Amino acid sequence: MSNAAAIRREPADIAPLIDATDRRLIQATQEGLPRVPRPYHAIAEQLGLSAEDVMARLRRMLETGIIRRIGAVPNHYALGYQANGMSVWDVPEERLRELGRKIGELDFVSHCYHRPRHFPDWPYNLFAMVHGRDRAQVEAKVAQIAALLGAADHGHTVLYSTRILKKTGLRIGL
Amino acid sequence: MDDVDRAIVNQLQGGFPICERPYAEAAAELGLGEDELIRRVEALLAAGTLTRFGPMYHAERLGGALTLAAMKIPLDDFERVNAIVNGFPEVAHNYAREHEFNMWFVLATETPERIGEVIAEIEQATGCKVYNMPKLEEFFVGLRFEA
Repeated sequence: MSNAAAIRREPADIAPLIDATDRRLIQATQEGLPRVPRPYHAIAEQLGLSAEDVMARLRRMLETGIIRRIGAVPNHYALGYQANGMSVWDVPEERLRELGRKIGELDFVSHCYHRPRHFPDWPYNLFAMVHGRDRAQVEAKVAQIAALLGAADHGHTVLYSTRILKKTGLRIGL
Repeated sequence: MDDVDRAIVNQLQGGFPICERPYAEAAAELGLGEDELIRRVEALLAAGTLTRFGPMYHAERLGGALTLAAMKIPLDDFERVNAIVNGFPEVAHNYAREHEFNMWFVLATETPERIGEVIAEIEQATGCKVYNMPKLEEFFVGLRFEA
């Protein structure tokens, strides 16, 4: 990446990897890419940049993880995944990473996170979002996770969403 | 949605190329023409099967902060608390869930410090405790949603 070296790196961990031009590029693309044969050229034109610069910046953001991925973002409800169950697990801390990785690899788990417990109300420290076409499918998948955890499963439950109260999407403030 | 749409949804959840003619390149892998892929992506977006087509940014790496927070709200007080919580612009998503912890929302703020402030403001405004459950580690593997 020829221009990676030109990016000023700041000591703070607050957005050290992007500059003002990257921010404009993020703003121009966070709603999506244009559906035209040369989408990066179209964005470049809109921003007054060269297409090479736009592509180099996107490649660098992909490499540094600022962009997770580029592609289709499906609406899982539209695909028939009506039941989403947030399964939460009480797992021994010392095995959390090993087990978290195993669960994260399951193809029906879309997100798997270590989150803090809040004793005594909330003993669960591992969250795995399980998607299914109905609750029975989610329950069967949760049973698979329980089997995988074996004795490390010190307790779990599944929280089903009943209503979306607000959904504005994550707008990146720039 | 036919088999071609399904292939697009399943195979294009990542790895869309960065090059002069990315649709042409992705289309070739799917055995399609560039025009047809563009037309189908457009139709999948219009139908709401896809919510977006493009880069997915990692909010925390942009200097902002995210957390998941939960509340236990008495059922007869739910709508009042809901209105207050949703009134905060930092609340991005909010879901009701069947559990004693019955409200779960994502807070997205421009700085990490702001997370604690917003939580304190919500507690003050609602009179209910907010349980902060930030992500401590992510076990992220892939992307799925078989169409």
